[in-house]
Amino acid sequence: MKIKKALTFALATVLGISALTACSNTVSENSDNGGSTPASGGNTPAKITLTNVSYDPTRELYEAYNKAFQAHWKEKTGGEIEISQSHGGSGKQALEVANGLEADVVTLALEYDVKAVQDAGLIEDGWVSEFEKDSSPYTSTIVFLVRKGNPKNIKDWDDVVKEGVGVITPNPKTSGGARWNYLAAWAYADKKFGGDEAQIKKFIEALFKNVLVLDSGARGATNSFVQNKQGDVLLAWENEAYLSIQDYPDDYEIITPSISILAQPSVAIVDKVVDKRGTREAATEYLNYLYSDEAQRIAGQNFYRPSNPDILDEFKDTFDLNVNLVTINDFGGWDKAQETHFTDGGVFDQIYEG
Amino acid sequence: MDKTQDQSKNAKIVKWLLISISTLFIAVMLLLPLVTVIIEAFRQGFEVYLKAIADEYTVKATLLTLEATLFAVVINTVFGLFAAWTVTKFKFHGKKLLTTLIDIPVTVSPIIAGLIFVLTFGRQSFIYPLLEKADVKIVFAVPGIVLATIFVTFPFISRELIPVLEAQGTDEEEAAALMGASLPRIFTKVTFPHIKWAFLYGVVLCTARAMGEFGAVSVLSGHIRGKTNTLPLHVEILFNEFKYVPAFAVSSILVILAVIVLIIRSVVEYHGKKDG
Amino acid sequence: MKRSKRVIPGFGLSMGVTLSILGLVVVIPLASLVVFTAQMSFADIIKTITRDRILASFRVSFLTAFIASLINLVMGVILAWVLVRYKFPFKRILDGMIELPFALPTAVAGITLTSLTADTGLFGKFFGIFGVKIAYTRIGITVALVFIGIPFVVRAVQPVLEKLDASYEEAAGVLGASRSKIFFKVILPEIMPAALTGFGLAFGRCIGEYGSVVFIAGNKPFETEITPLIIMSELQEYDYPSATAIALVMLIASFVILFATNLIQARSAKILKGDS
Repeated sequence: MKIKKALTFALATVLGISALTACSNTVSENSDNGGSTPASGGNTPAKITLTNVSYDPTRELYEAYNKAFQAHWKEKTGGEIEISQSHGGSGKQALEVANGLEADVVTLALEYDVKAVQDAGLIEDGWVSEFEKDSSPYTSTIVFLVRKGNPKNIKDWDDVVKEGVGVITPNPKTSGGARWNYLAAWAYADKKFGGDEAQIKKFIEALFKNVLVLDSGARGATNSFVQNKQGDVLLAWENEAYLSIQDYPDDYEIITPSISILAQPSVAIVDKVVDKRGTREAATEYLNYLYSDEAQRIAGQNFYRPSNPDILDEFKDTFDLNVNLVTINDFGGWDKAQETHFTDGGVFDQIYEG
Repeated sequence: MDKTQDQSKNAKIVKWLLISISTLFIAVMLLLPLVTVIIEAFRQGFEVYLKAIADEYTVKATLLTLEATLFAVVINTVFGLFAAWTVTKFKFHGKKLLTTLIDIPVTVSPIIAGLIFVLTFGRQSFIYPLLEKADVKIVFAVPGIVLATIFVTFPFISRELIPVLEAQGTDEEEAAALMGASLPRIFTKVTFPHIKWAFLYGVVLCTARAMGEFGAVSVLSGHIRGKTNTLPLHVEILFNEFKYVPAFAVSSILVILAVIVLIIRSVVEYHGKKDG
Repeated sequence: MKRSKRVIPGFGLSMGVTLSILGLVVVIPLASLVVFTAQMSFADIIKTITRDRILASFRVSFLTAFIASLINLVMGVILAWVLVRYKFPFKRILDGMIELPFALPTAVAGITLTSLTADTGLFGKFFGIFGVKIAYTRIGITVALVFIGIPFVVRAVQPVLEKLDASYEEAAGVLGASRSKIFFKVILPEIMPAALTGFGLAFGRCIGEYGSVVFIAGNKPFETEITPLIIMSELQEYDYPSATAIALVMLIASFVILFATNLIQARSAKILKGDS
C-alpha cells in the first residue's frame, strides 16, 4: 500500500515538474514568434525575428548595424524585423549553437568556430564561399595597447619579450582572440628566425614568461590591464584597443607591430535553423547587407577594418595600413593551426610544460 | 567568590574578542566588497544609475531572475521538507548514499552543472528528437535556466533541516503517532515548530543563491538579450561591453533584492521569537 | 527506541517524493555525464586526467579550496557562536549579511575582490608594503573562495546552537567546569556534525567555483590554473570527452568528500545520542 502511495506521489511530482517547465516554456514561446508565422490575412508581412549569435567584441558593431539593417529591411520589404543578439566567447557560442541554441545566423571570430557548427550538421558545406571575401565582411588585427608615453618603449614584438616587460593576454585555450595574439607573435618570430622552429618556440616561451595574467577572455584581460593596472602591454584586438582609447584617451596609446595577423571573423547562415523557421530570405539579406557601403562604414566606425578596399581607404587615418598582415593560411588553415598549437599537448602546452 | 568574578571578567573579554573578530571578518570579507559595488554603481551619479536599472533589458532580466528563483524555492521547499523527513525520521539502508546525493549539487562545479543539462537535453542527447518533435525547448531557453537554478540550490533547505531534526530525535513524533495523530498533524504540530527557523534560513539561503547563480545558468542560457538573460548574466554582458558602471548598478539590484529578503527574514524571526 | 518497526507514518510518501525529485533533477543529469564519459576507453580517461597540467590544476583547486574551507570552518563557528549567544549593537545587520555572498553573482564578486586586492587596490596596496601579493596568486584564489564559502558553516551551525539548551552549559558551569572546557567538551561535540556538514559543502563548492576565481586567479598554467577553467577550455576546443572525463573526476571527488562528512556526521550523531 505504501509503495502504491509512493508511486502515485512520484508520478504526481513528475507531472508537476513537467507542467512547471512546460508553463515557463510557453512564456518564452510567446515572446519568440518566429518568422515562419504566416501573415494572418493582412497586407503587411509578419514581423520577422532573427537571432544573431556572435562573439564578445562585436556588441557595439551589431548594435549599430542592426538599426541600419532594420531601416534597410523596412525600405526593401515594408516589413518589420527584430534582431536578437547573443554574445560571448566565440568558441562557447559555437558550442551552444551546435548544442541547440537556435541561431539564424552566426557571426563568429574564427572560421574554425563556424566549422564546429557545420560539423554538428547545422550548416551546409561550402558556406565559406556563400558570401564575398570568404564570408568575412570585416577584418581586424592584433595590436599593442601600452600606457601613455610608452614608458617601456615598446615598438615591436622584440620589445614585448624583453625581460621586465609585463604582458597581459587572454588564455589561447579559452579565448579565440588570444589565439590570434599567439599566432601573430609566431608569425613575427617565424620571419625573424627564418623558420627555425626551435628559436621560434624560444621566442614564444619568452613571451609567455612575461605574461602576468592569463584571463579567460578578451574583456577580462582588458579589465586587468585598464582597471587593475596590471602589466605594461596588452595584446588586444585592434577594435578593442581603440575602444579603450576612446574611454581613456589620456591613459593609453596603440602601437601597431611590424607584423601582425589578419583576423577574419566569419559569418554564416545556419541552414537547419532558417529552414525550420522559414527565415532564410531575411537571414541571407542580413548577412549580404554587411557588405553594403553603409554597413562597411559602420564597421569602420566601430574600428573593424572594412573588407571593401575603397571604404577601408576612407579610414586610412584610423588604421595603420602599412602593417604586414599574415593570414591563417600561412599557418595551413585553422584545423592545422589548432592541431599544432592549441590542442592538448600542442605547442602552447609544451611552452608551459617545458 | 573571586573565582566566579574572574570567570565572568574573562568571559567578557572573550565575548568582545570574538565579537571583534567576527565584525572585522565580516567587514573585510563582506562589507567592503559590497560597498565597492555600491560605490562603483553610483560613480557616475544617480541619473546614470537610474538609467541602467530602468533599462528594458534590465527589467526583463530581473523578471526572469525572479521567475527562476520562485520555481527554485517552491520545488526545493517541497523537496527539502520531504527529504528531511525521510532522512531523519526513518531508518533504512542507503541513507548515507541518499544524503550524499542530495548534497551533490552544491559541490558540483557550476560549469559541470550546466554541462550535464546540455548533455541531457541538448542536441546530442537521445531525447532531443522527442523534444524537438514536441517543440519543447529546454536548453538555451527558460526551462533550462529554471532547471539549473533548482539544481544549484537543491540541497539548501533539506540541509538546514536535517541537522536540527537529527538533534531533535524521533521520540516526540513516535509518541504522537502512537497516540494516533495523522501525518500532517504530526508534522505541523510536533515537527515544524522545531524546524521553523532552520526552514527560514534554508529558504533565505535558497533564494539568495538562486538569484545570484551565474556559472550554470551561463552555460545553459544562450545569452539572448531580453529572452534568456538573468540578472547575473546581464551583469556579465554589461561588463563585457565595457559598461562598468551599469554593470555594477545592475549588481546592486541583486544586492538590494537580497537585502529585502534578509529584512523580511529578520522581521519574521523577530516576531516569531518574541511570540515563542 | 531500537524497535525498528516504523511508528511514524508517511515513509512511503516522503521517500517517493524525495526519490522522484532527486532522480529528475540530480541523478538523471549526472548519469548523462557518466554515459558520455563512458564513450572513452578507460585507458584514455586515465591518460586525459593524469596530464601534468591537469594534475597541477587539481592541486591548485584542492589546496586552495581546503585552506579556504578551513578558514571558513573556524570563522563560521565563531560567527555562529557570536550571533547566537551574544547581544551587541548591529548584531542584526551582521547576521543579515551572511547570505550576501550567495546573492552577489560570482563574477561581480570576482571583479570586485580583484580590484580590491590588486596592487593598485585598497588591500593590495596595504599588503604590498609587506611584499605580499594577493590578486593573481593562490592567496587571491583563497580569498575569493573564503568569500564564496562564508554562509555554509555559519548557517549550518547556527540552528543547532540555537536549539542547544543554554542550561547544559550552566549545569557544567555550576559543576565548576571552566569556560574553555565547557566549550570544547560540551558545545563543540554538539555542533561538530553541523560544522562538518558546512565544511564539506563549502569545500565541495570551492573546488568547483569558477565565476569569481577566474578573475582573481591570473590563470597561469601550473601556478594558478583551476580545474573548472580547464574544463571550460576543453569545451572551447570542442573536446567533450576530455571535459566530461575531468568533470567526472571532480564529481567523484565531491561525492567522496560529502560521503565522508556524512559518515562523520552520522557517527558523531550516534555518539551524541548514546551520551544523552
